[in-house]
Amino acid sequence: MQQPTTLPAAWVDSKRYMWLLSPAVTLVAGAGLLAFWKYEQTWLLWMGFGILYGVIPALDWLIGEDRNNPPTEALAELEADRYYSWVTYAFVPMQMAILCLGGWLAVTHDLPWYHLLGLSLSVGIINGIGINTAHELGHKKSKFDRWLARIALAPTLYGHFFVEHNRGHHKNVATPDDPASSRFGESFYAFLPRTVIGSFRSAWHLEAERLGRLGKSAWSVQNENLQSWAMSVVLFGAMIAVLGWAVLPFLIIQAVYGFSLLEVVNYLEHYGLLRQKGKDGRFVRCEPEHSWNSNHIVTNLFLYHLQRHSDHHANPTRHYQSLRHFDNSPQLPSGYAGMIVLAYIPPLWFALMNKRVLAHYKGDMSLINLQPSKRAELLARYQGPAQQARA
Amino acid sequence: MRYRCPNCDHVYDEAQGEPHDGFPPGTAWSLIPEDWSCPGCAVRDKVDFEVLDT
Repeated sequence: MQQPTTLPAAWVDSKRYMWLLSPAVTLVAGAGLLAFWKYEQTWLLWMGFGILYGVIPALDWLIGEDRNNPPTEALAELEADRYYSWVTYAFVPMQMAILCLGGWLAVTHDLPWYHLLGLSLSVGIINGIGINTAHELGHKKSKFDRWLARIALAPTLYGHFFVEHNRGHHKNVATPDDPASSRFGESFYAFLPRTVIGSFRSAWHLEAERLGRLGKSAWSVQNENLQSWAMSVVLFGAMIAVLGWAVLPFLIIQAVYGFSLLEVVNYLEHYGLLRQKGKDGRFVRCEPEHSWNSNHIVTNLFLYHLQRHSDHHANPTRHYQSLRHFDNSPQLPSGYAGMIVLAYIPPLWFALMNKRVLAHYKGDMSLINLQPSKRAELLARYQGPAQQARA
Repeated sequence: MRYRCPNCDHVYDEAQGEPHDGFPPGTAWSLIPEDWSCPGCAVRDKVDFEVLDT
């Protein structure tokens, strides 16, 4: 039977099966660790490290960008398709298996300290990517997704992210009030302690306030931070009970490095961007112009479209597969995987990004989220040239 | 009365309250703090909510 020509051609998500790349990374990491067990080749312990800092940035550079958006009429169906949720669920049990395998290798093999470090960092990468999985799941309304999010955060001791991110970061993003929004002139090394401590305090405060309204103490078992940290205690406690105290250095290193990966990504996402205050004294709502984006497809597949960050902040409950690219949103010169390497080297980061922030605000430094301690220095350095460029 | 977030369509129903946030069923809209953010998206605050029905 002939179809009427007015019907739009059925849209097919070309990335549908490519999303399996994120859980597939756990298979590659697991295969690397199993291969080490069998062949005792120590370079295999560093594989995760090589993939994150070498292979993914190279593939981003080679394969480039994907600006395709799903058509509006396909969004509802795309959102409702459970397949995409299963892709995220698959990550969590694999992540736990790799943590256990890594811990077992750490205590059963007489590794020199530097290879133990390599093993810990490679497992930390998987659990750092696990925070991104938890991020996707933690924004959903389903109880199952939200519990799985907290389980995925347990290996990095970052259960409070579940509270702080949704209720703190999303409310205060791109303002001086947000510990997880980096400021113009702030190096990653200044940002890291500020965001780690500030996010912890914010999460505690949010739960204390909520429980206070319920007439309960902050130390109540209903405190979602305490519940999530208890999951970490149970997980680490069980591993120590089985593998002995010798596993503790491995657990601590992979956890700290894992959450540092989340924080270096936080550093990229809103650098220097500022929501202005409206006439009512409130910060204007978060718009696409308040997040840094990237369409580099390889990192986007890894991180469930996290780099389409403007749409995520506009519509935090939207599933990853439906996030859209906006032409008017600020774009990073590379994918997050390449940008985190630059973030580790502050002079390079400032050289590359400060001019982009200035261009975004057309040289008006009063619109930028400046690092307060370096305010005079930054104005002296950038304001003159910026004004000359505008004249 | 019911109030709706203009961003994510989350509905605050006075009859249901928002028990997780510490507002039991029957909590009047006027008793919700001014700086309360939408529990669905945190993109909009109480003052942005629209009256859904009466």
